[in-house]
Amino acid sequence: MIASQLRSMWLVFRHLFRRNATVQYPEEKPYLAPRYRGRIVLTRDPDGEERCVACNLCAAACPPDCIALQKTEDEDGRWRPAWFRINFSRCIMCGLCEDACPTYAIQLTPDFEMCEYDRQNMVYEKEDLLISGPGKYHDYSFYRIAGKAVAGKKKGEAEQESKPVEIKSLNL
Amino acid sequence: MTVPIWITLLNIFGILAAAVLLAALLTWGERRLLGLWQDRPGPNRVGPFGLLQVVADMIKLFFKEDFVPRFADVPVFILAPAVVMATMLLSFAVLPISPTIGVIDLNIGLLFILAMSSMAVYSVILGGYASNNKYALLGGLRAAAQTVSYEVFMGLSLMGVVMLSGSFNLREIVSAQQDGWYLLPQFIGFVVFFIAGIAESHRLPFDLPEAEHELTAGFHTEYSGMKFGIFFVGEYLSVILISALITTLFLGGWLGPWLPPLVWFSLKTAFLVLLFILLRAALPRPRYDQLMQFGWKVMLPLSLLNLLVTAGALLWIG
Repeated sequence: MIASQLRSMWLVFRHLFRRNATVQYPEEKPYLAPRYRGRIVLTRDPDGEERCVACNLCAAACPPDCIALQKTEDEDGRWRPAWFRINFSRCIMCGLCEDACPTYAIQLTPDFEMCEYDRQNMVYEKEDLLISGPGKYHDYSFYRIAGKAVAGKKKGEAEQESKPVEIKSLNL
Repeated sequence: MTVPIWITLLNIFGILAAAVLLAALLTWGERRLLGLWQDRPGPNRVGPFGLLQVVADMIKLFFKEDFVPRFADVPVFILAPAVVMATMLLSFAVLPISPTIGVIDLNIGLLFILAMSSMAVYSVILGGYASNNKYALLGGLRAAAQTVSYEVFMGLSLMGVVMLSGSFNLREIVSAQQDGWYLLPQFIGFVVFFIAGIAESHRLPFDLPEAEHELTAGFHTEYSGMKFGIFFVGEYLSVILISALITTLFLGGWLGPWLPPLVWFSLKTAFLVLLFILLRAALPRPRYDQLMQFGWKVMLPLSLLNLLVTAGALLWIG
């Protein structure tokens, strides 16, 4: 028993010469992986249009219910969020919204430094969330791939999409 | 008296200031060392190496509300932290730090220190009682039982040293170690005294009176502000005191080659303080009944045996 006590004292003592496991935070930043789950952004497709189609899947997936948005439709047939709001004082950075998003619009970034003196400032509106680039997926554009008809793209004109079957024609 | 009065005054206030200052610095030193042993830097922000952390803590404690609970026994509640501070500082009076440094040369110095460290337990018990809180009372009770049982062989373990040197005077005990430290002939006494010292100063692993996991904070649950701070300074003072006492009794006090006596004394004491902190960092706390069993069934027979063997050997040698 005494030997084990002495041994544990020796083992603890040896830690005096080990490197610290902690980082001197404000001066020294920890390494954050590119896919670290931090502050949420809304990305744009390669044409610079908003990717979000206001499907509400992120809001439905969100465990603490911190995402809220309202859908509108443009005259060209595209869906858009009229407003998009994330309350970061509730957000738990779980990334389920990113998983749920069908258009890669909502993405998490390696940034967690979002301190505010006023709690209300933690509520980010669409203008605060939108970034100018495509985020992690550089070439993806939902409306070029999806089958939905919008202005300038009829049904069946999307990439990798075959023409719709004319069920009333005879040349089957 | 041949010593001029100003030297005596310098001794008194120098030792007083040094003891309190070192105890305060130890709050920083302990946290820093515990940090390093847990692979983190510890407090290193305030001042060079975080040394001014003590000042920051002091400012914080002084500006906190000096809260006395409505249900407390007010005079006793206020007196309790003062007792531990007073008894510990009084004990420093008889410590011979070097041939020229030391406040008073009592011929029963050792008994005086033992008496003072027994008095210190009043602080814990009264604090626990006056808080009128179940946790505090349990902590106080534990402190009482622990101190009473460890006191017994704390005194007994030192009797070997007293027999060898033939004196209760701490200066004479140091001088008697001129030919060799008592660490070797009194090794059992050293171990027993060290363990009893940990229990006396309520340090981990024997900090059952304040065991955070069971009793929130034990006897000082209701204390806040500087009263809480004084309990802590008292604890650190007792760590320094026990270390200095072990240095005096077993490690030859100020004796040592080349370096001046004060440096030797400080080095030995600092080493023992480090050992105290290392014990805290490494060892888990025993259960309360284990603590009592260990005291009465292992330590007491061991110190009695040590006493018997020392006495027999002394008689045999002549």
